[in-house]
Amino acid sequence: MEEIRIHGRGGQGSVTAAELLAEAAFEDGLEAQAFPAFGVERRGAPVRAFARISDTKIRLRSQVYEPTYVIVQDATLLGTVDVEEGIKSDGKMIVNTSRDQSQLDIDTEAEIITLDATKLALDILGKPIMNTALLGAFSGATGEVSVEAMKKRVKKRFPGELGEKNAKVMEKANKIVGG
Amino acid sequence: MKRENREVMEGSHAVAHAVKNCSPDVIAAYPITPQTHIVEKLSQFVADGELKSEYLKVESEFSAMSACVGASATGTRTFTATSSQGLILMDEVLYNASGLRLPIVMVVANRAVGAPINIWNDHSDSMGVRDSGWIQLYAESNQEVLDMAIQSYKIAENDDVRLPAMVCMDGFILTHTYEPVSIPTKEEVSDFLPEFDPEHKLDPEDPKSFGTVGFPGDFMEFKYQQHEAMQNAKEVIPEVFKEYSEKMGREYNGLIEEYKTEDADVILISLGSVIGTLKDTVDDLRNEGEKVGLIKVRVFRPFPEKQLIDAIEGARAVGVLDKNISLGNKGALYSELLDSLYNSDITPLTINFIAGLGGRDIPESSAKKMYEKTKDVAERGYVEDEIKFVDLKEA
Repeated sequence: MEEIRIHGRGGQGSVTAAELLAEAAFEDGLEAQAFPAFGVERRGAPVRAFARISDTKIRLRSQVYEPTYVIVQDATLLGTVDVEEGIKSDGKMIVNTSRDQSQLDIDTEAEIITLDATKLALDILGKPIMNTALLGAFSGATGEVSVEAMKKRVKKRFPGELGEKNAKVMEKANKIVGG
Repeated sequence: MKRENREVMEGSHAVAHAVKNCSPDVIAAYPITPQTHIVEKLSQFVADGELKSEYLKVESEFSAMSACVGASATGTRTFTATSSQGLILMDEVLYNASGLRLPIVMVVANRAVGAPINIWNDHSDSMGVRDSGWIQLYAESNQEVLDMAIQSYKIAENDDVRLPAMVCMDGFILTHTYEPVSIPTKEEVSDFLPEFDPEHKLDPEDPKSFGTVGFPGDFMEFKYQQHEAMQNAKEVIPEVFKEYSEKMGREYNGLIEEYKTEDADVILISLGSVIGTLKDTVDDLRNEGEKVGLIKVRVFRPFPEKQLIDAIEGARAVGVLDKNISLGNKGALYSELLDSLYNSDITPLTINFIAGLGGRDIPESSAKKMYEKTKDVAERGYVEDEIKFVDLKEA
């Protein structure tokens, strides 16, 4: 079983990202679970969402404490929120930032992958909603869930042009990180 | 199980889909977190014409349950859902529903009861109404809660039972979690659940009175019959589970579920979604050579006294995890287990863990601590600290 934690701010679609990740993993034939950190959600406030993916039935119901993967939707959270907390040393952290990795203050042995997901979202969607770009990058960087499944699910959830554009964002982000 | 029948969705929506396929005639509800998504989805089904049901938007939970009582008395299938303070507001009407022998089905998205204000999960709400004459089932997963919703109509509407049923699902932990579920189709549900057609109902063509005075000369017989109906439910529920298992292909095996209890020295007992975490914990401990088992209480009312005693026999110590406490006494499951043990032939050592109140997370590390503490009780041969609050902050 692999555990994933997503950090973002209210309104950035962190919970939706966790749900799409679970749906896509299920599409790939895996068992999956996604849930929010059950806070009182407010736009702009730090939020967390979790996902688990596994070959076998998932029974665990606690929050995620030692994620293999962490997705950071908003680099302004660095220094405010302990995004590296509990991440496995052989895990991976995907950070949305325009800055170079060396400029990021993240204390972890886990591999850090960066991409400017906000720019990608603005270019293609015309809106700074970066969750689908980060999911595409997650797929490319980890290989846990196929980008095809991600695209299929985002198109199902957002039928029409919005889904098509988000699938394009996923595809592009996936390629950027070498998927 | 056929994979193509499964889909990933939120727990609230999963149960709403299951209820929809039971074709309730009347749904009356008032929104409250974390239950709201259930009735929101059902109201959408009605608005979209996917469910032919009378959806009543009432002004309080008291009215929601009152409307269900009135509707159910006319012989219709009814549904409502609530949480926490909402359930307490219904309290008076809950007793009327059970006393009138109305098979209303209600999902309770379990939430703490304030003060302090808290929207998160524990079992204080449903445990607080355990004497109201309602059947109570507690679900481990979203699959189980949606199956229980369907099973509950069949149990509640059984002629030997005819009691209202409460399906308890942990707020947020189940209601807001996305996971794969398989929802029986309307045809599959219809094949399992016949139309509700009670012998006695309010009908202008055949006038009858419901809810008249029960004078001292008759009242006790009413209560005796309700108690008898609960005893009957102990037989009916496993039969309904068995038929459901055969028709839907998912196993439901009784009022309780035993997990690796056969040769266990130490047994943990609980109910609700924490069972999943405890199963993982038991597997880890078994891998380390520990002789530990787990009992899930699937049905809390009627209380599965005999089943629990049989399952516990052979264990040296039993640890009961309650997500509630009767302040000044003990957790509800623990108290009732002690009641059952007193006149039995077994005398295991017992300890009560109060955990997860107001949404406090219960990680595997805490579950392991509860096991260690229970094992310690078994080895010492006595209980020092019978009621133990788990993960309490240091003063």
